[in-house]
Amino acid sequence: MPIFEIVFYAFSLVMLGAAVMVITVRNPVYAALFLVLTFFSAAAVWMLLEVEFLAIILILVYVGAVMVLFLFVVMMLDINVDPLKEGFVRYLPAGIIVALLMAGELLMVVWSKGRFEAGSYPLPAPNPQGYSNTKEVGEVLFTQYLLPFEVAGVILLVAIIAAVALTLRQRPAVHRQNPSLQVRVRRDERIRLVKMKPDSRQDS
Amino acid sequence: MPDTWMDQLIYMVILILKIVAIVVPLILAVAYYTYFERKVIGYMQIRRGPNRIGPLGLAQPFADVFKLLLKEIVLPENANKFLFLLAPVVTLGPAFAAWAVIPFDDWMVLADINAGLLYLLAMSSLGVYGLIIAGWASNSKYAFLGALRSTAQMVSYEIAMGFALIGVLILAGTLNLREIVLAQQGGVLDWFWLPLLPLFVIFIISGLAETNRAPFDVAEGESEIVAGFHVEYAGSGFAVFFLAEYANMILISALTALMFTGGWLSPFEGIPVIGDTFLGEGSIFWFLSKTVVFMFIFLWVRATFPRYRYDQIMRLGWKVFVPITIFWVMFAAVISVFGLIVRGS
Amino acid sequence: MNAVTRYLKSLLLIELGQGLMVTLRYFFRPKFTINYPEEKTPMSNRFRGLHALRRYPNGEERCIACKLCEAVCPALAITIDSTQREDGTRRTTRYDIDLFKCIYCGFCEESCPVDSIVETDVQEYHFENRGEHIMTKEKLLAIGDRFEESIAENRRQDAAYR
Repeated sequence: MPIFEIVFYAFSLVMLGAAVMVITVRNPVYAALFLVLTFFSAAAVWMLLEVEFLAIILILVYVGAVMVLFLFVVMMLDINVDPLKEGFVRYLPAGIIVALLMAGELLMVVWSKGRFEAGSYPLPAPNPQGYSNTKEVGEVLFTQYLLPFEVAGVILLVAIIAAVALTLRQRPAVHRQNPSLQVRVRRDERIRLVKMKPDSRQDS
Repeated sequence: MPDTWMDQLIYMVILILKIVAIVVPLILAVAYYTYFERKVIGYMQIRRGPNRIGPLGLAQPFADVFKLLLKEIVLPENANKFLFLLAPVVTLGPAFAAWAVIPFDDWMVLADINAGLLYLLAMSSLGVYGLIIAGWASNSKYAFLGALRSTAQMVSYEIAMGFALIGVLILAGTLNLREIVLAQQGGVLDWFWLPLLPLFVIFIISGLAETNRAPFDVAEGESEIVAGFHVEYAGSGFAVFFLAEYANMILISALTALMFTGGWLSPFEGIPVIGDTFLGEGSIFWFLSKTVVFMFIFLWVRATFPRYRYDQIMRLGWKVFVPITIFWVMFAAVISVFGLIVRGS
Repeated sequence: MNAVTRYLKSLLLIELGQGLMVTLRYFFRPKFTINYPEEKTPMSNRFRGLHALRRYPNGEERCIACKLCEAVCPALAITIDSTQREDGTRRTTRYDIDLFKCIYCGFCEESCPVDSIVETDVQEYHFENRGEHIMTKEKLLAIGDRFEESIAENRRQDAAYR
């Protein structure tokens, strides 16, 4: 199936290239946009595996929401590059050691027997007609993995509450608008109709 | 999937022809939607609207398009050139791509995929990138402010919109748009607008906010920030933004027609006398007329309401719409579980 | 109005619905627009438009170069040079009105003792080249000749109120 392979290699190459760009480009906005491209290509590759639910959720959550907020923040940063380069030489040895360590770990995982050899993960058979990936994921999620799923939800809730609590502060000196009060105001509360006698004309 | 090269080639050609068959009418629809908008708003302001170019001004859209296309593309001095030119395309892409899963009739759909609803949500969430890139690349404070405003607004209203669609998928029990429509069979009262009335209204209002239309057009806000994210765009760049905005409006209208008012199903279905004639048959005609009604509502609302204040937009999205939608999604789940709504009856 | 009805009212979008109904009503109203070049609004006989210099019925120009208009013009738009003609009358050699300066106040017309300088009801005119906005004596007289009928008619209608 040539088209299948063309699509696979095209998106894989784009994904790898974009991933490399994320960590090499100087401009943080470019880096964020390349990360978006990486997610996008990853979603396309997943789509080839017929896991449309995960692929679309990847786009929806990571590209559509997380990265938008990321960009939002990155765009407002005004990063001066020079101070960041300070101490580059001083921290270089430590950096190299950590990098070598991580590379070694990765290589050990890749080379370990039977894990990433060609053929150890055969291409999954095409799914039968009418197979719904979404349904399968839902069933597994709400039966087999119900507890981890709910726990993850609670953890996220805790994170939300923590974020709100950390940023919530009362500043009595600041005058704030209360839209619902503003909306609720009626004409009678603000306007007083005064009946006045017209001034009598001063005839001299 | 076909196996030989030839078969695949033919398959691709047919696919491209199908895409053209959707995109060309869509672009024409956008062109005439701008005309329709000016006419409708004109009529509501007791004016006549454009009536000079062609009979009844019908050639006006083409005059506008040619004017925009023939204009010079102005690149601001300190703009990020590549992203500046990329942004209109990024806006247009999702706006058109979303049409792939829209079923115009029972058989008339480009990609009848199982996760159609999710795909639509993903595409509508991608639309924000064009805006944010345009705002940042323009290197202009107004463009940047507009981009920030619209980003925050679209991210917020996507949640309300997503919840409204979750109500639909609970009742329909599927993510496939064709099956969602088929689940609404049985006449006007079986369409989802009735059991999901609050979600229906919220979906329309969030749709206005998602497409940055009045009264939620703070991203453009011509009286405050000139024209928002597309201040620096002229000529064809601006035309592409325009095209994307109107394509999105038509998309939201089509979605409302599909999700809440039965897509291509006939409103006369199940009514004794008329329902037995050809009027009772579902057809693309019904889908298009429903879409046009919602497109009219977009313009009607624009002609009626003044622009929301920014903090009020955020308040409405988070403090009003999200709680209401969550509540009604639970309500929908309850009536679905207890079988009060029978699918496709 | 108590809190509950107020809350319901805002929740059910009642006021927004009323607003929508207003615009919908206007949607079907007859339109006020005048299709301008084909249709025109009625015009007052006192309308102050393009300037003109009039002549007497025997063809003699009315202007006697008294320069009252030049003196009264608040925008200093009028420039007049005069000389004595062979027959001993005082006449203008130059009578320029700068239409870019002119504010169309009509003082020149009011000040004129011989009803020479007038403002016609012509409002559709334009300039295509630099310098055309200076209305010379020749141009003004030509306009006066061309629109004499309507000028005279407008003056006749207004005469009773002056």
